[in-house]
Amino acid sequence: MKIAIGPILYHWPAADIRRFYDGLRGRVDTFYLGETVCGRRRELRPEEWIGLGRELAEEGHEVVLSTLSLVEARSEASVVRRLCDNGELRVEANDFTAVSELERRGLPFVAGPTLNLYSGRALRAMQRAGAVRWVPPMELPGDSLRGVLGELTELGGEAMETEVFAYGRQPLAFSARCFSARHYDRPKDDCGFVCGHHPEGLPVTTRAGEPFLVINGIQTQSWGCANLLPAIPDMQQMGVSAVRLSPRPGAMDQVVAAFRSAIAGEPATLHEPEPGQQCDGYWWGEAGHTRKAPEPGMAEADR
Amino acid sequence: MELLCPAGNLTALRAAVDNGADTVYIGFRDATNARHFPGLNFTPEQAARGVEHAHQRGVRVLVAVNSYVQAGGWAQWQRSIDEAARIGADAVIVADLGLLEYTAEQWPDLGLHLSVQASATTPEALDFYKRCYGVSRAVLPRVLSIQQVEALAGDTDVELEVFGFGSLCVMAEGRCLLSSYATGESPNTVGACSPAWAVQWQETPQGREARLGGLLIDRFAPDEPAGYPTICKGRYDVEGALEHAFESPTSLETAELLPRLKRAGIHAVKIEGRQRSPAYVGKVTRIWRQLIDRIPEAEGDYTPDPAQVAALREFSEGATTTLGPYERNWQ
Repeated sequence: MKIAIGPILYHWPAADIRRFYDGLRGRVDTFYLGETVCGRRRELRPEEWIGLGRELAEEGHEVVLSTLSLVEARSEASVVRRLCDNGELRVEANDFTAVSELERRGLPFVAGPTLNLYSGRALRAMQRAGAVRWVPPMELPGDSLRGVLGELTELGGEAMETEVFAYGRQPLAFSARCFSARHYDRPKDDCGFVCGHHPEGLPVTTRAGEPFLVINGIQTQSWGCANLLPAIPDMQQMGVSAVRLSPRPGAMDQVVAAFRSAIAGEPATLHEPEPGQQCDGYWWGEAGHTRKAPEPGMAEADR
Repeated sequence: MELLCPAGNLTALRAAVDNGADTVYIGFRDATNARHFPGLNFTPEQAARGVEHAHQRGVRVLVAVNSYVQAGGWAQWQRSIDEAARIGADAVIVADLGLLEYTAEQWPDLGLHLSVQASATTPEALDFYKRCYGVSRAVLPRVLSIQQVEALAGDTDVELEVFGFGSLCVMAEGRCLLSSYATGESPNTVGACSPAWAVQWQETPQGREARLGGLLIDRFAPDEPAGYPTICKGRYDVEGALEHAFESPTSLETAELLPRLKRAGIHAVKIEGRQRSPAYVGKVTRIWRQLIDRIPEAEGDYTPDPAQVAALREFSEGATTTLGPYERNWQ
């Protein structure tokens, strides 16, 4: 089972982005690069992402270029097209603009978590369009994933690589509206990139004081940080080929190490973030914010 | 421009037909449509009667089968498509890739519309659905500005349908898991946002509290109107400020945009509200029939009839309306 680093979902300065990838060079299998949340964020231009991807690929990493999840403007669609036309690196399609471009070019691609693939038939249709790997929707329970993969086999679909979002704040919703700009009473078109003030998003707390969600520009994330370490044996058994670890500003080396241990069948615990901030409800078929693993952050082998 | 009206039951369907709808859209009484609520929607028999009633009066009927097929659920979703075809529906409204493929192959004469739940926003995305499945029309998600809608209409040969009036989803449809994050169920999986079983009301000394899946979504003062608790319309603490962090209770109302939408070649205007009463559907349909029939041909300043706009406001959440994403400032 491989370890993939998902695309950075936050608005970090270019230097921080480069530092982040430098810190993980040689320690993971796959890097997903690119801006997937907001078309206005251009700390790195498409050419710079492609250039960084080329560097990392030359060092032996698999590199995938991720595309925008909600494409509204023509300029955004042309960035998607530019990435699809890069000529060497594989692309992750996060909306059907990219799916369309890749299908038309006959290029194999990764179907991202926002494409709403919940059944074997939908997955087979995406496979026919050219997908060779997919990332199931955040809310898909482990049992359902097993079901989808079984259905794909029954339908005669070829085996497909499956990558599960296993760590990080979960992207839950996308909007035309930028909630970061709105909070700071700024128009979206003159946002001043206020989302950059919050390298891990802007927490939304209920009036009962329960931390609930996180605002990240046009994206709403879970406040709870997914941690599916305890599900690794299950995933291995059902043939999941990779885990996706979603970038956070710190401690990613610890996260990678913990998942590396769990994948190797060794005891692994993770206290980053603190267990009270971890959740795994989606995987167990429950409300996403809940936590079921009795010892949060602990792999089965350790219990 | 076609006026497309909602119906959550037969009485509402008749109200829409009798008050001037060109087309009515309905769903079956199960998780196969994205408005799956108790007491709402049609059995196949009721739907057949609705189609008969509508067709006798020259009105078309569309059936929404627009949630996503779940693992192990193929037979149920397939049945909904088959029933829609058998009762003579004019088209089905679909988002799921497997269902699009099935409908195109098995029911080639049945109209195939792309649901708003598929959240297709570009000529490229629309072209994919047309090229692969023969989709003839797409419902646009509520994320594009009016300028973007106009540009898109000029760049695609897929018919476009836009939301004109009713509740406003703040998040891109089909891209919102807030409901399942709180409750385990979402529009994509079981066809319900904020399922009724997960809603809890409680009178407290601080006010009336609305919870969803145990999470406090809002707290209302004694005289304050309290809407159905969806996460995106709740009040939260953000950096010490208490605010509607996503959207305040308001409804979409686009009467003033009608001439632009028509000139752009938008094929249909959709009224939201399958969960609304037959009386609401009848009144709103009647107003929109008049609004659409009176769209001026010439360009220039246009103000819709103030009396009709005021009447629409009466039907709106929080008695306020917005142009929503059509207006760039809202975004």
